[in-house]
Amino acid sequence: METVLRSKKNQRRSDTMKIAIASGKGGTGKTTLATNLAHLLSQKFPVVLADLDVEEPNSGFFIKGEKIQEKKVFRMIPEWDQDKCVLCGNCQRVCKFNAVIKLGEEILVFNQLCHGCYACSELCPQNALPMTSYEVGKITEFRQNDLHFLEGRLNVGEEQAVPVIKETINFAEKKFAPGILRIFDAPPGTSCPVIEATKDVDYIILITEPTPFGLYDLKLAVEVMRELKKDFGIVINRHGIGNNDVIRYCKDERIPLIGKIPNMKTAAETYAKGGLLSETIPEIRNALEKIIDNLRTLEVLS
Amino acid sequence: MKEIVIISGKGGTGKTSITAAFAMLAGNNAVIADCDVDAADMHLLLEPDFSHAEDFYSGFKAVIDQQKCTKCGKCKQVCRFDAVQKNDDSYTVTPMDCEGCAYCAEVCPAAAIQMVEQNVGKWYISKIKSQTEMVHAKLGIGADNSGKLVAKVKKEAKNVALQTGKDLILVDGSPGIGCPVVSSLSGADYVILVTEPTLSGFHDMKRVFELIQNFHLSSGCIINKYDVNVEIAEKIHDFCETNSVDHIANIPYDETFTAAMTEGKTIIEFDDGNLTNILKDSWKKILLLTDSH
Repeated sequence: METVLRSKKNQRRSDTMKIAIASGKGGTGKTTLATNLAHLLSQKFPVVLADLDVEEPNSGFFIKGEKIQEKKVFRMIPEWDQDKCVLCGNCQRVCKFNAVIKLGEEILVFNQLCHGCYACSELCPQNALPMTSYEVGKITEFRQNDLHFLEGRLNVGEEQAVPVIKETINFAEKKFAPGILRIFDAPPGTSCPVIEATKDVDYIILITEPTPFGLYDLKLAVEVMRELKKDFGIVINRHGIGNNDVIRYCKDERIPLIGKIPNMKTAAETYAKGGLLSETIPEIRNALEKIIDNLRTLEVLS
Repeated sequence: MKEIVIISGKGGTGKTSITAAFAMLAGNNAVIADCDVDAADMHLLLEPDFSHAEDFYSGFKAVIDQQKCTKCGKCKQVCRFDAVQKNDDSYTVTPMDCEGCAYCAEVCPAAAIQMVEQNVGKWYISKIKSQTEMVHAKLGIGADNSGKLVAKVKKEAKNVALQTGKDLILVDGSPGIGCPVVSSLSGADYVILVTEPTLSGFHDMKRVFELIQNFHLSSGCIINKYDVNVEIAEKIHDFCETNSVDHIANIPYDETFTAAMTEGKTIIEFDDGNLTNILKDSWKKILLLTDSH
């Protein structure tokens, strides 16, 4: 544990602590933990909670607050200016994503495929592909007492979640004073959206279920965190189902097991309605308080 | 040949457990494709033998040749992804941030930047315990071409089905609405939405349904754990009716799903009561619906 503490102090880049809640498998309780933890902590000091699961944002069902503002998220894409274009085809040649295609006398731009690298635009000898903004999602800010809540939301039909995640993190960074704790509800999986959501945080809580699916996907998530050289701990949700393999795994791999949230059908029922478990189920509130204690011991929280 | 794709929007609704049960019921008339390449779990229930494995290459990353580099800094200047770092007197690329656009390589006056193709995962063709083939994959850690790997798994599944004369491809899709899901949906004949009666489950299902509509695909719905909130279950039911989504089944909250998974078994092999009956009826219904659409 001591080495964990030391490495944390060295790693921290600012005095603003950022914690992400992530998991390999979906539906293991990321949103439950993020919202309940943020809500509980905000009774002690100000907290920013950002929902970065922009493909399917759900934290908003559990945090009811006053809406402060809404901000559209744009991405830059090239737009063809037919009058200036001499059809040299350089744009098609430099685009590695097949997003710009010369078809006969026309240049077609496929927004979904464009990564916004600007190569086609800036290397066009005629300036015929200026970059323009294109709406891909939005960020909504809410406030409930000392809990500031941000929701990132990708428009349906858009395939790239990363730009909206990036913007939501930027918003969380700039809008609120340094020193205020940031909690990120990350997307599931192990690919680019989860990397974007976790690469600049100080600590990651991986939440899993004690089942074979949960364990298998947890191992993938652990590999990602190790690759990113991140400090992380594990929380078991629905403790009591399945088997003890996750506990054994934590021990073998020397990963701190920072909490166990008991399996209860009442929890599923409360979750279904958008209720906070910490408010109504004492066993779960205790489990969350224990997680907070452990985060303090690990000096993740002060 | 028909392709049935199972998705959920939200994770943890029971999609994979239900798909694996259908895979057993389909027997050797179907090729199974696990397109949840980010967190592929179906192999834990279906015992694949990994008999055929191949590396999957997709996308490029920039690498700067320090010998050729003249340190002009042009690469750093054009990179929109902050992937080029200047440390002391040399320029390097952070692979995790590089999108592979090759803009830097294009403008480098010394031709010092090489675009290197990335090994982003592995894909497999396996025999599974129902004596049929499954195509599945493992995405490399932190790799970013999951949509392309999904497309590859689907294409290979189609090849296997053609070669072995099978009528059906059963696809386990990924959660969300982003590129891997869009890839999973392309070419589908029928889509099954597995949802749960929670505010989150319903919300996520509506979003993924909107996506399905963009593709003009017909779909059916399974409400898992329907008794967790009967009121929301009814709302989902109404939503299906209004939007011409076939209602396939309601499945009760039942920890037998977890018990079966813990033994590495599908529900069909583990339970000989209510759940198996519901799933058998569902599968019959799905085959009829897929034929009629």
